[in-house]
Amino acid sequence: MNDRVMKSYRFREEREADWQALDRIVTRAEKRGVKRLSDEDMLALPRLYRQAVSSLSMARSISLDQNLLAYLETLCARAYFFVYGTRASMGARIAQYFRRDWPVAVSGAILPTLLAALCLFGGGLLAFVLTMQDPEWFWTFNSGWDSRNPDAGYDYLRSTLYTEETNIADMLGAFAAQLFSHNSTIAVTAFALGFCLGIPTTILLIYNGLSIGSFMAVFFSKGLGAELTGWLFIHGVTELFAIVLAGAAGFMIGGAVAFPGKKTRIQSLRDTGNQAALVIMGAVIMLFLAALLEGFGRQLINSDMTRYTIAIGTLIFWLAYFYWPRRTDEAV
Amino acid sequence: MARRKGKKDSQAIEARREALRRRDMRVKEQERQARRIRPLVTPEGAALNLRVATASERAGAFLLDFSILVITVIAFSWLVAIVFSEMGFRGWQIAGSIAAVVVFLLRVFYFTFFEIGRKAATPGKRALGLRVAARNGGRLTANAVLARNFMRELEVFLPLTLLVMGSEDAVGAWTRLLALVWAATFVLFPLFNSEKLRVGDLIAGTIVIHAPRVKLKKDITSAEPLATAGNHTFTHEELDAYGIHELHVLEDVLRQSTPEIKAKVADRIRNKIGREASPTSDDLAFLEAYYAALRARLEQRMLFGDRKADKFDTR
Repeated sequence: MNDRVMKSYRFREEREADWQALDRIVTRAEKRGVKRLSDEDMLALPRLYRQAVSSLSMARSISLDQNLLAYLETLCARAYFFVYGTRASMGARIAQYFRRDWPVAVSGAILPTLLAALCLFGGGLLAFVLTMQDPEWFWTFNSGWDSRNPDAGYDYLRSTLYTEETNIADMLGAFAAQLFSHNSTIAVTAFALGFCLGIPTTILLIYNGLSIGSFMAVFFSKGLGAELTGWLFIHGVTELFAIVLAGAAGFMIGGAVAFPGKKTRIQSLRDTGNQAALVIMGAVIMLFLAALLEGFGRQLINSDMTRYTIAIGTLIFWLAYFYWPRRTDEAV
Repeated sequence: MARRKGKKDSQAIEARREALRRRDMRVKEQERQARRIRPLVTPEGAALNLRVATASERAGAFLLDFSILVITVIAFSWLVAIVFSEMGFRGWQIAGSIAAVVVFLLRVFYFTFFEIGRKAATPGKRALGLRVAARNGGRLTANAVLARNFMRELEVFLPLTLLVMGSEDAVGAWTRLLALVWAATFVLFPLFNSEKLRVGDLIAGTIVIHAPRVKLKKDITSAEPLATAGNHTFTHEELDAYGIHELHVLEDVLRQSTPEIKAKVADRIRNKIGREASPTSDDLAFLEAYYAALRARLEQRMLFGDRKADKFDTR
């Protein structure tokens, strides 16, 4: 029997060069990016890809060479992901995120945002009112390790709000500590737990509001309200906004699970999840900025006036950035 | 004499029973593997068979990535500390802060950065031949990658925090235990669905597939016929002794085994088809010739719609 007559062998012999060419192009593209491909490669790619895919279907029915089949399977899969993959470069994608995707996602999630804000600030207000009436409530909402509690004196409390001498190590330390603070954990967890119908998100937001509210009440009852507000909101506007947005992302996902409408739950979860990811990504960026403001801004700026200006300035900036009407006619 | 014959018969029956049992196991394993395959129909109308990554592959990839993260952080803070103490600063404090910032950035962006990239896989995933793909076969968007990786916070870092968190009293310990059990449902989530999705994959609409690179090796039948190969011609009866499974095993043997194993396999085939080993014959030439002939025969039968799955498949 002459093996040269074998159909599968001739099949392979005729097409092998083209497969190798496709393999080379895809490998180069995976390693160095689309831009490094020459014009000839770009022109040849669609033809080679279609040919490899048709070779695969043919090989399945005529060849029993395992290695050949496995090779074609992976080659076609790699080429497929490349041909139908995304084309935008990292830079273009990041630019688009800040220009369009992020604000659109946030302004599109106005209801969950209001709900999250209600939970956070409602909790805060409740704890504030209760603690103002009776300082004992403070201990219900906070554990005892913080020295800034109702038993502390005016002078001590005031001293925690202003920094006399600063050095770079302290500022850096404060910045780093802020990144891992309670609040950033709350924000990310509020998102991640959203899909349990949003219930853990609600609890987390209210709980966080309670501790902030009771904390503020301690300072207000000692007559340090205005100073504290400046100290808290120089970065707090950004940080609390980030927490609210993270909570909103959690609620979006929770809502998608609870009320999928006409879609299947999985489908609804997937569609909303992609939008919520944009919001939470933004929240992480805001937390980073808030950490910068807290670590450096608050240590360097000890004037109440400037602190208030920055707080109001950031608030206006975020509101305008997210909710200012913008054209949406850009193509994707 | 009769007794000896009976003994021989019972041995043959025993061997056959054993062979059938092994075949059953093989068929079951094949079915299990087939369940991992998710067909994806390309716009050209061809079906690609994507294999879902197993839970253990994914755990391995994650461990690799996690070790890379830890090593990076340690190396980085060590470097910063050395540089700073050389310059006379209080090295450790600043190094600690900088390391914390690095941890934060890595924790948020490491996975996202690599998965948005061209290979759609972190170094750990790449090492194990895995990649992330969109579940509906469409484009893998950056949003999907972001979504699947932010859920990692819940699946990895929350349980880790719970593990290292201390507790002072019995109530605290019980709360912690309950929290751990609750967190474990997320960690173990991929084990309980057929596509091995973690919660992040569920939300992002992604799937992790196993698509390692395969090198195209030389076709065995393309080897220049050895001098003795001409002696080997086989009748149809001799070729019908085996099926596709045995052909694939023979391919593996020819591609990767030692000469001793090849000699053994050659002996078994000769036994099966009832040939004598001639003292001059070359085992490799015999095996290659038999492989080529068997493949030609089986492929021909396949073209006529007759797949002979293995040697037990006699129709």
